[in-house]
Amino acid sequence: MAPDFRPQPCREPQRRKLLNLQEGRRDTVRLPMGKRSRQTESVTEVIPLLAAVHQMEVGAALARHADQPGALLPVLHAIQEALGYVPEGAVAPVAQALRLTRADVHGVLSFYHEFRRSPPAPHSIRLCRAEACQAMGSRHLEKHLQQRLGLSADGHDQRSADGRIDAEPLYCLGNCALAPAGMIDGELHGRLDIETLDAAIANMRADAGAAL
Amino acid sequence: MSTLTIYVPRDAAAVSVGADRVAEAIRAEATRRGIDVRLIRNGSHGLLWLEPVVEIATPAGRIAYGPVAPADVAGLFDAGWQHGGQHRLRLGDIQKHPWLASQQRLSFARVGVIDPIDVDDYAAHGGWRGLQRALEMGPADIVQAVTDSGLRGRGGAAFPTGIKWKTVHDTAAAQKYIVCNADEGDSGTFSDRMLMEGDPFCLIEGMIIAGLAVGATHGYIYLRSEYPHAWRALNQAIERAIAAGWLGDNIAGGGRAFHLEVRLGAGAYICGEETSLLESLEGKRGQVRFKPPLPAIAGLFGQPTVINNVITLGSVPFILAEGADAYRDYGMGRSRGTLPLQLAGNIKHGGLVERAFGLTLRELLYDYGGGSASGRPIRAVQVGGPLGAYLPESQFDTVIDYESFAAINAMLGHGGIVVFDDRVDLLEQARYAMEFCAIESCGKCTPCRIGSTRGVEVIDRIAAQLDRDRQEEVLRDLCETMLHGSLCALGGMTPYPVLSALNHFPEDFSPQRLRVAECPVP
Repeated sequence: MAPDFRPQPCREPQRRKLLNLQEGRRDTVRLPMGKRSRQTESVTEVIPLLAAVHQMEVGAALARHADQPGALLPVLHAIQEALGYVPEGAVAPVAQALRLTRADVHGVLSFYHEFRRSPPAPHSIRLCRAEACQAMGSRHLEKHLQQRLGLSADGHDQRSADGRIDAEPLYCLGNCALAPAGMIDGELHGRLDIETLDAAIANMRADAGAAL
Repeated sequence: MSTLTIYVPRDAAAVSVGADRVAEAIRAEATRRGIDVRLIRNGSHGLLWLEPVVEIATPAGRIAYGPVAPADVAGLFDAGWQHGGQHRLRLGDIQKHPWLASQQRLSFARVGVIDPIDVDDYAAHGGWRGLQRALEMGPADIVQAVTDSGLRGRGGAAFPTGIKWKTVHDTAAAQKYIVCNADEGDSGTFSDRMLMEGDPFCLIEGMIIAGLAVGATHGYIYLRSEYPHAWRALNQAIERAIAAGWLGDNIAGGGRAFHLEVRLGAGAYICGEETSLLESLEGKRGQVRFKPPLPAIAGLFGQPTVINNVITLGSVPFILAEGADAYRDYGMGRSRGTLPLQLAGNIKHGGLVERAFGLTLRELLYDYGGGSASGRPIRAVQVGGPLGAYLPESQFDTVIDYESFAAINAMLGHGGIVVFDDRVDLLEQARYAMEFCAIESCGKCTPCRIGSTRGVEVIDRIAAQLDRDRQEEVLRDLCETMLHGSLCALGGMTPYPVLSALNHFPEDFSPQRLRVAECPVP
């Protein structure tokens, strides 16, 4: 689900709270309403909570990197490495630890293509879309992958209908002499062809069958 | 029984076609046969179409075999490759291979030859000599040597490195930084990656020398996240350089300090632009900064900063070790030294060619590249990454140097050459250039942020032949605006591929286009 960062006015003020990792304190942020507002109730800003199961990883990432100059990217990388993505609830504690605003953290998180804000699918096939790979037929491979995974051709969906395989594009892996290139479950491949892709997809789906 | 030394590349390109599996197969087969093997994971020699290239250390020197598949390994042992035995995959001494023997490898002299993370192997092949010289010289003399060498920034902008260093040297500050731009995002380029994986100490040495020259004690390598193999190689190398006393508070016992750290990008092409790279290192969105101030005066964390590309810094050890003249003697005109060129895309023999400036594009494409991989005629090449011009066959005799490329409204950039055969649709390529700019724009300036999206739409209308002539006029006007009105090279140079496609390949934009049906109008 797309994150919603707007302060949410609530009829019944919800008690969703900002968790202070270091001191275990809970704060409710109340935004005073302007005098001319017709709304009389106070507004509680909703700050997404960090799930209890993620607190250790986020805390560890901060403990390890918070003291570095320009720590935000290393912190976010460490969280993503541990959890597979950067949960919405991590924004507030990271901002607090690095003395940034939540907007700063959200801005960075959403600027960089590599940071994920939702959990990844169990598998991924990421094809390079850049020119050297185009010269070796990557557009054709991309279409094939979209068809096999049931994705729309406009590139908007990036996950197979069964939720098993992510297919986010990449722009250059530095393997341009052995194009087309791609990452299959994080492993770099060169001279990719339809057979390799189909075999990888079949393996990933067989794995899903085994899991059921 | 003596130990057999076998080299299997750890280079990402070799790994992408099975080098790790080959290494495993060699280990298993050697164990089965009771042969004691010392496996060295070297860099790639750059003959990438032959990867994985395996070399065996025989009494008569290193003998190469390739491309080796795991299934070939047993047969290679049967053929007696321990002693350089005959086999259909035998390449002989790879240094004598015409592709390699004709090159002038200065920055890449050790890549493929040495164990990339062995400090002593690096020293045995001429490593650390430049740094030792630098430790004996004054900072101003180091800057002078780099200035005299004629070295220009290899990242693409070709700014004289010595002048940049001098500015940082002359700016007083308590803390200065050396930043290595390893955000090699241009399609068709991989020389930075190959150097970092194949000879990381060369980059480290170059950065330490830069630190000594300008008085900086801290360095960062900003590496793109798409390069996990380089990340591992660099971190291993840094760890070992620290252990061996080449990094730290007392470099080689000379009393000078230099600390080095690798930082990962996160998939933003724009972070290859130096000011957005600095923003990113500071933990911010990778948005371009206004210049001035120049990074040399107020760069990372507001301090004077040398920011150079991997190959620029990797050229410095040679310059210090062999002297500025030795480097300047290579090249032509104002382009001195060598450039590691990268042949990519639809090319039969893709890989890395380090040569002095001065050979022609045609020599590269046909003598080294052997023509297209598909065997069809080469119709267009794009030089210099996604912001580089598409060149037609009539311009293949252009000499490879910065000025000759500028003269034909093209740019050499980072030396990446992407080859397309006659099936390429240049309208599609022009559209992609605009699309890529729209995806990767940092959003700070309007010509780039909005212009790129409008560019895609206008090209789609040309494809559909809707009011075609007027749309072409709009496209040219838009390119003009982007060219002159953008804050950095992303928006400012996206018009290069678009206009070169339009000017050199007008037939792909004409009403006679065959592929109209495939291009939907939004």
